[in-house]
Amino acid sequence: MIEIKNIEKSFGDTKILKGVSTVFETGKTNLIIGQSGSGKTVLLKSLLGIHTPEVGTISFDGRIYSDLKSNEKRELRTEIGMLFQGGALFDSMTVSENVGFPLKMFTNDDKHKIQDRVDFVLKRVALVDAHHKLPSEISGGMQKRVAIARAIVNNPKYLFCDEPNSGLDPNTATLIDNLIREITEEYNITTVINTHDMNSVMEIGENILFLKNGVKTWEGTKEEIFRTDNKAVVDFVYSSNLFKKVREAYLKE
Amino acid sequence: MMLLRYLSQIGKYFLMWKEIFRKQTKWSVMKNLIFKEIDELIIDSLGIVAFISVFVGGVVAIQTALNLDNPLIPKNLIGYATRESVILEFSPTFISIVMAGKMGSFITSSIGSMRVTEQIDALEVMGINSLNYLVFPKLIAIILYPFVIGISMFLGVFGGYIATVYGGFGTSIDFINGVQSDFMPFHVTYAFIKTFIFGILLASVPSFHGYYMKGGALEVGKASTVAFVWTSVLIIFVNYLLTQLLLT
Repeated sequence: MIEIKNIEKSFGDTKILKGVSTVFETGKTNLIIGQSGSGKTVLLKSLLGIHTPEVGTISFDGRIYSDLKSNEKRELRTEIGMLFQGGALFDSMTVSENVGFPLKMFTNDDKHKIQDRVDFVLKRVALVDAHHKLPSEISGGMQKRVAIARAIVNNPKYLFCDEPNSGLDPNTATLIDNLIREITEEYNITTVINTHDMNSVMEIGENILFLKNGVKTWEGTKEEIFRTDNKAVVDFVYSSNLFKKVREAYLKE
Repeated sequence: MMLLRYLSQIGKYFLMWKEIFRKQTKWSVMKNLIFKEIDELIIDSLGIVAFISVFVGGVVAIQTALNLDNPLIPKNLIGYATRESVILEFSPTFISIVMAGKMGSFITSSIGSMRVTEQIDALEVMGINSLNYLVFPKLIAIILYPFVIGISMFLGVFGGYIATVYGGFGTSIDFINGVQSDFMPFHVTYAFIKTFIFGILLASVPSFHGYYMKGGALEVGKASTVAFVWTSVLIIFVNYLLTQLLLT
C-alpha cells in the first residue's frame, strides 16, 4: 500500500501539485487520470523518487520515503517495477538481456537461474520467440510486453506504469491492460498507472484518482465514474460522443 | 547572466565527477561494460588514427623537405622535424581533436539517446547509479588512449619516412639519422602527460553533455556539436597550459 499525504511540488514559481492525498491499495490497479499539465507525471515521478515534494509524505507500506537513509531508499527501489511510456528498453541488449538485467544487477543468481526466471516471465507476457531479438526488431506492443516482463522479473511489490497504452492499436492496448490487471492480482502488487486512455479507465480502473491543475478533484471506482456528476470529471471523461453514449447506456441499465 | 550559466555548468561538471564514483556498479557487470567501451572507443578508433597519422606524417616531411632551400642545412632535418612535430603536437593534440569529433560525438549521442528514450530514468528507478554505470567504464577504457597516441606517433614518423624516401626528398639513412638526433626523452613524457589529460577530457566532457541534455532527437544532435566544440576548446586551452608548465 502506498499512502500519499498532502504532497506539494513546485518548479520555480509554478506549483504543480497542490496538497494531494490518497491511498493506493495493494492488489488493485490504481489509475491517475487528468488532462495534460494536470500534474499526473509529476505525481508519478514523486512516487518514484525522481522528484522530491517540498511538503507532505509518501509512505510505502509504512516506510516514509523522505525519512529513509540512502541505502534504504536504494533497497526500496529494488522493490519497484516501472513501465515507461516508450518502454525504455536498453537498445544494445537483446530482449532476454533486458529482462534479466535487474536480476543480474541485484541478485547473486547464476546465469542458468536468471535464464529460467527470464523464460518464465517472458512466457507470462506471452513472448516466447523473441529472446534473442533486439528491441528495434520487435513491434511496439511486444516492446511494452518486454518492459512489463522486465518490471516484474524481480518480484516487485510496487508497479508503476506511465501511459502504458500510448501508441498502441486498440487490441494490443486491451491486451496490455489485461496483462497489467492479471499481474497485479496474481502477484498482489500495488499498481499505479498514469493514463488518459479512457478505455483503460473503463477496463481496469479499480481506483481512479482525477487530478485537475495539481489538485485531487475526484476519486472513485470505474463504476462510480459513470454515476458521478462532478463537472470536471464529466467534462474530461465524457468529452467524446462514444463515452457519452456508453455512460447513457450504463445509466439506463 | 551568461557567465552565471557557464559557472553553473562548470559546477555541475565537477559534481558529476563526484557522482560517478559514488555508488559502484557490481563488478561482474562493470567488467563487461569496460571491455565493450574499450572496443568501441579504443579499438574502433585505431583505423582512422592510423590513416590520418601516416598521411599527415608524410605531409609534415614533404613540407619540411620543400622548405630546405639552403644547401648548408643537413637533409637529416626532415627526420628530426617530422619526429618533433609528430611527437610534440600532431599525435597528442591534433589526433585528440579528431577524436573529440569521432569518439566525443559517439559518447554524447549514445548517452543523449538513452536520456531521450528514458533509459537513464529506467536505470535510476531500478536503483542504479546511472552516471557510474554509463561514464565510469568510459573513463577506465580511456586509460588505453595513450596507446592509440603511441601508435599514432610511430605511424606518423613512418609516414614521414615513406614520403621522404619514396618521394625522393632524402635518403633512408638521412631520415633515420634525423629521427635519432637530439632526442629528448622528456618530450615523449610531456606528450603522454598531455595525452592522458586529453583522454580524460575526451571521455568526460561529451558524457556530461549527453547525460544532462534535455529535449528530443534534434537536441541530441545539438548536444553532440556543443560537446565537440567544448572538448576541442578545452584540449587547445589545456595544451597551452601544459606546454607552458612542462616545457618552459
